[in-house]
Amino acid sequence: MQRIGVFICHCGTNIAATVDVERVTEAVKKEPYVVFAQNYQYMCSENGQQLIKTAIRENKLTGVVVCSCSPRMHEATFRKTAEEAGLNPYLVEIANIREQCSWIHKDIEEATEKAIVLARTAIAKLTLNKPLIAGETGVTKRALIIGGGIAGIQAALDIADAGYEVDIVEKRPTIGGRMAQLDKTFPTLDCAACILTPKMVDCAQNEKINMFTYSEIEEVKGFVGNFKVKIRKKARYVDEKKCTGCGVCMANCPSKKGLNEFNMDLNNRPAIYIPFAQAIPNVAVIDPEQCLKLKTGKCGLCQMKCGAGAIDYTQKDEIVEREYGAIVVATGFRPIKLDNFNEYGYADNKDVITSLELERLMNAAGPTKGTLLRPSDLTHPKVITFIQCVGSRDVSGCGKPYCSKICCMYTAKHAMLIREKYPDTEVHVFYIDVRTPGKNYDEFYRRAVEQYNVDYIKGMVGKVYNENGKLMVQGSNLLDNEQITIPSDLVVLATAIEPDPSVRDIATKLTISIDTNNFLTEAHAKLKPVECATAGVFLAGVCQGPKDVPETVSQASAAASKVIGLLAKDKLKGNPCVSHCDENTCIGCSQCEQVCPYGAITYEEKEFRIGGGKTEKRRVACVNPAVCQGCGACTVTCPSGAMDIHGFSFEQINKEIEAICKR
Amino acid sequence: MQEIEKKEHKPLIVAFCCNWCSYAGADLAGSSRLSYPANVKIIRVPCSCRVNPIFILKAFQRGADGVILCGCHPGDCHYSTGNFHTRRRMGILFSLLNYFGIEKERTRIEWVSAAEGQKFSLVMNDFAKTICSLGENRRLEDLRCKKN
Repeated sequence: MQRIGVFICHCGTNIAATVDVERVTEAVKKEPYVVFAQNYQYMCSENGQQLIKTAIRENKLTGVVVCSCSPRMHEATFRKTAEEAGLNPYLVEIANIREQCSWIHKDIEEATEKAIVLARTAIAKLTLNKPLIAGETGVTKRALIIGGGIAGIQAALDIADAGYEVDIVEKRPTIGGRMAQLDKTFPTLDCAACILTPKMVDCAQNEKINMFTYSEIEEVKGFVGNFKVKIRKKARYVDEKKCTGCGVCMANCPSKKGLNEFNMDLNNRPAIYIPFAQAIPNVAVIDPEQCLKLKTGKCGLCQMKCGAGAIDYTQKDEIVEREYGAIVVATGFRPIKLDNFNEYGYADNKDVITSLELERLMNAAGPTKGTLLRPSDLTHPKVITFIQCVGSRDVSGCGKPYCSKICCMYTAKHAMLIREKYPDTEVHVFYIDVRTPGKNYDEFYRRAVEQYNVDYIKGMVGKVYNENGKLMVQGSNLLDNEQITIPSDLVVLATAIEPDPSVRDIATKLTISIDTNNFLTEAHAKLKPVECATAGVFLAGVCQGPKDVPETVSQASAAASKVIGLLAKDKLKGNPCVSHCDENTCIGCSQCEQVCPYGAITYEEKEFRIGGGKTEKRRVACVNPAVCQGCGACTVTCPSGAMDIHGFSFEQINKEIEAICKR
Repeated sequence: MQEIEKKEHKPLIVAFCCNWCSYAGADLAGSSRLSYPANVKIIRVPCSCRVNPIFILKAFQRGADGVILCGCHPGDCHYSTGNFHTRRRMGILFSLLNYFGIEKERTRIEWVSAAEGQKFSLVMNDFAKTICSLGENRRLEDLRCKKN
């Protein structure tokens, strides 16, 4: 005879304000097998948990239903509570009466009735729960980091520091990411290269860190603790081990028409190139689109000139297979394309540039060697107008609905740097709101206004057009309530940022959730900001949401600490809610084997007694519980009903349906 | 029998939600206080492919007026391929049910990710509205079950 206890949480007033908890308590007492029901203010608190434990012991409960928040929130908590009181943790069911009831319904009558139904459903399911014991699997003590920007670099260094092996996979020929392209970083105006390149060098020198640059993720298999990943090392046509990075090949390459991606296409680079002087690894790469030898077979100059004999035109893509215990995704961002914003004249005017392009123009290693010259005629711009929120906070559908977060600060930085270096320049900034929360951020912005006399204009820009070589910026000044036109020499667009497009592919391969703006979804917006719903996968940097460098670094370190915590374990507890096969009904048809995405099902010949002292040999399915992830695909495919899954069994779900439909 | 008919009929909707996306989407709808009708009752499943066609038949047999199935967007399945099975399987089942006389509007399949709380609420509101306008479902209901 089962003895079920039901515990109803008030969650302060979160539940109790719309659900009559007393009525729920009385109602559930009438349900079959329920011997105990109690409500309490905070079930998840120390006292609440103690209450459950005491009730389990005193009433000899064989199962517990907690009517509270989502099981995604506190299922683990209450399972642990039950375990501490000597009850199998899988004899606990949660009725979600907060997210699915009290928070979305206003009418007390309606909400209470629904809460009773939800409780009844959980009780009905619980009557069929079985005690389960989680299996254990080993952990591969190595982490994979996808993306070699500042987030990936920081996470790699932290994990390596704890003594674990780390692989960084970066699709570009060098690590460094977007931060390597920046000139200065706010709010202290450190030179980006000065603080980033030592970390890049550390990565290269750390024997625990292994870098796969110019490489992409081909395939991901496995699960937390035991991921199996195929990495495609794209052909560089240069032997990484032999190349010394001397640059002779670059100087001799006759094809110099390739656009320099590192300089935001503002100038050209040879077909064989090293992205920038401090690149790590400092190894050349051949762009097959531009290389004459690879395209036409005629040239081979770089091979002739290379003293190290590193050039190899026959190199092919290579697939490397590696195993990992944990994965950090740090795929970063790019500025959005401005095709939808013709009003700013970006496509038609060379002197309308994005902020990242300005960053390159102001960088000593950039196309103008750090002198601010406008791209069209290489003269010093005297009047510079910045336009903020280009594509950010745009609900019209042309841009992005979110705030890109970093633009207010980098625009203030640019304005300040320009006024510092060229005091005769006039700088205007069109803004909707200036958003500068953060340590020393608002002080930084005020310095731009007060100390550097940057002209901040509240209002939006309607149009930028060219008139006699001047860029006319037409906008509104909301504070003075007037329309203004500023003749400018250079217009800088604070372009919105979006996740790097490669993130979609990575999300699919890792089966992690992605939101409507292509940002990766964390496991919990507040309490699990670096974890993913997929166990063993962690997030760092802009792939999860807009972030500046300090925030990215902190998130990367946070992700690293989670990885270290995971890799420090020798065994991981698995999920016991996996499939199992009833060998007596299995007909050995192999259909389950075909739909299993993990290859967890194999077939075995077994002997069965068939009466009369006789036996027969039959082929039956066997599930490997360590490999099965519990999706249930096999259970529905099975024509004989032999396959079922613990925790979500055929009978359990049927019971739930019956309970819900009982009127 | 007449007495039952006199009572205002409150439609009953059973929603099967994948633990990894739409169930989390429902949680997000909840924490964002985006309401949807109380007659939508959610059953958590590990993956939309866990939903046996029998569950849907069972729901109708027990008097549900509409059944909605929510999973991850195709290609984003937590288990890689589960929702492809669902899409194929349910397509067949729903057209069979339509043949039986259960209007195709009473069954629906929607892809809702963990980040789409708003979509979850919109979908549930819309589905509930559709079911309300269709009224009570009698086709597969087993009246013997109603007595107890």
